[in-house]
Amino acid sequence: MSGAEIFLRSLDAEGVEVVFGHPGGAVIKIYDEMARIKPNFKHVLVRHEQGGAHAAEGYAKATGKVGTVLVTSGPGATNTVTGIADAYMDSVPIVVFTGQVPTQLIGNDAFQECDTIGITRSITKHSYLVRDVRDLASAVKKAYHIARTGRPGPVVVDLPKDVLLAETEFEYPKEVNLRGYRFKDKGDEAKIQRAAAMIAEAEKPLFYVGGGAVNSNGADVLTRIARKARIPVTTTLHGLGAFPENDELSVGMLGMHGTWYANMAVQNADLLIAVGARFDDRVTGKLESWAPHAKIIHIDIDPSSISKNVYVDCAIVGDVLDALTRLEPLVEPCNTGEWLEQVQAWKEECPLMYDHEDGRLRAQYVLERLRRHTKGEAIVVTDVGQHQMWAAQYFQFLHARTHITSGGLGTMGFCFPAAMGAAFGMPDKTVVSVSGDGGFIMNAQELCVAAAHGLPIKVVIINNNFLGMVRQWQELFHEERFSHTDLSDTNPDFVKLAEAHHCVGLRAETPDQVDEVIRKAWAVTDRPAVMEFRVIKEEMVFPMVPAGASTNEMITKRLTPDAFV
Amino acid sequence: MSEHDTLTPQQILRKKAQGEPIGPGEKAHSHRHIIAVLLENSIGALNRVINLFSARGFNLESVTVGETDETSVSRMTIVTTGEDRIIAQVSRQLNRLVDVLEVEDLTSEEYVERELCLLKVSYTSDNRVELLDTLKIFNGKVVDITTDTMTFELAGPTKKINAFIGMMNRYGIEEIARSGRVAMKRALLFGD
Repeated sequence: MSGAEIFLRSLDAEGVEVVFGHPGGAVIKIYDEMARIKPNFKHVLVRHEQGGAHAAEGYAKATGKVGTVLVTSGPGATNTVTGIADAYMDSVPIVVFTGQVPTQLIGNDAFQECDTIGITRSITKHSYLVRDVRDLASAVKKAYHIARTGRPGPVVVDLPKDVLLAETEFEYPKEVNLRGYRFKDKGDEAKIQRAAAMIAEAEKPLFYVGGGAVNSNGADVLTRIARKARIPVTTTLHGLGAFPENDELSVGMLGMHGTWYANMAVQNADLLIAVGARFDDRVTGKLESWAPHAKIIHIDIDPSSISKNVYVDCAIVGDVLDALTRLEPLVEPCNTGEWLEQVQAWKEECPLMYDHEDGRLRAQYVLERLRRHTKGEAIVVTDVGQHQMWAAQYFQFLHARTHITSGGLGTMGFCFPAAMGAAFGMPDKTVVSVSGDGGFIMNAQELCVAAAHGLPIKVVIINNNFLGMVRQWQELFHEERFSHTDLSDTNPDFVKLAEAHHCVGLRAETPDQVDEVIRKAWAVTDRPAVMEFRVIKEEMVFPMVPAGASTNEMITKRLTPDAFV
Repeated sequence: MSEHDTLTPQQILRKKAQGEPIGPGEKAHSHRHIIAVLLENSIGALNRVINLFSARGFNLESVTVGETDETSVSRMTIVTTGEDRIIAQVSRQLNRLVDVLEVEDLTSEEYVERELCLLKVSYTSDNRVELLDTLKIFNGKVVDITTDTMTFELAGPTKKINAFIGMMNRYGIEEIARSGRVAMKRALLFGD
């Protein structure tokens, strides 16, 4: 059996459902065998390898399974680099198979050669260069095992052309033997008991929940513990949906663009229970003054995340679901009445709000209408920038895996292909892609792929004809020098762009047109419906903790430029 | 009012635990560390280990690699200087690598270290005896000789090598090759 066929049969043995790929010279044998043996998985021909990598991420985040990418050597591989880096930062399990020039040509500057393993080394959990066809099946098995287990992450498998042409017997290994690869599934019992004691003693406890709670499927038990113990919950961007935001214990997202009351709760808490979160700089702001009174319990599967940025008083290294499940029976209702009253008072003092009396269209209004329309049941995928923060603030997420975004790397262009991946993984769910005009363009080519597969993705473009978040920083911190952020001269006609890609194109320019556009878009069932919302450019995301500032220095409402003189 | 006065007890506890400076006069604890790493003898494993240090901006003073009693396992000895807290964190990140089997910061233990040095020096009939006497004091060996140069082999702790090189400087050193340190934890601690 050829290496190419062994590769395809290995993917089938691994239970792969979808492969996002693009053919080329180094992997032509794989595509040839694909036509011949017709494997069980669906191959989706993406129009750019970066789109393929993000699609695999979207698939992985929506389903909890491992996403798969298949590309050729050289540019095929380098085009996936952004997606791999994104997956590494956000702990997304994907396996990227890259073609490579024949082994005897490696290092000779052959056509479409690059050192894929070298280029991706610092952004992968692990990688394999398969130099012998007899190692191919086991490399595939190991790659999926490593991507899926422990703290998930991307794995690259580089496949030289001669290995794909070589012949050997096929046997898919049943077990993986990796003596250096260890991760701790079970947190120490003593630490869990200590955590329970700390919770019992606390007067102002707060859950600080990150993406690890979602990854480990720990959202339900977390919700039960918070409700039982009467502990308020704040989440990171990736934690959104791990705890229902319509619950009175929820204080929404914390951090740079989190709610004022979430950040107030952090600054005043005497105990933080960090669950699958990593104390990122966008969460903490100035590290020294963050959560100054709080003892910290940290539950995380990655020992290198413990005390990385902030010293942790009680570290439980292990799977979040397992640790929380064992913690649940030890936790008693806490005496948090006064604390909850205080939190409630903060909520009323400074709720999320925006101007809407002048009749002009704003992103927040669009997102609120979408929230009412989807009732928390849709999968919402966002890009990077102002719209991303507004979506995080206004959508109100109720379920885990219904919010997908590029958090750590902050990749513009992530959104639409990721939404496409989510739509392939969860065909029964409505998938809403929300991006800005700047980011949408960066992978708009995938629209025609989604159209060809009849995916009814609801594509929202919040168009302010600006790179809005950069504009906001320029306005607030760079004396309103709007250097190279105005896109009004270079933006395409998004309705025509949608139609040219075989999608439906719709547009709203005033608040009263929004519901009608949403209604029309939801009526489309056989292709993506692109909705362009032309919003005002002056709107800014508030509250905001300026970069590097202390959380106490939060800007809660729009300040006149005079305030910065 | 100094910043120290405004810190909460919890903030002071955190800083102490992380080895961070608290008062204005204090500095972060920074030391030389000797880290032994057992890793798979496979392509790229070495690179991944080195990458972790270089990505954090650590200069590696020396790195040695060699097979162990098991041919599929290599042992690296890395010598670097940096903040204790960051080194501890890099060690945890090393442990996370799939190809890494074991990581040990030897500087927190009793350990033995050795380095090998080859040193070529020019000589004349006038200083030949003096040179060989010095070599004898340091327990070195002559491994090559020509009419005007000698090459010495010397093994020992890095301090001893440094002292020997210091002695040789005035004779005119032609070339030096140092292996970098290898180190191992002591099996037994006497008088403990």
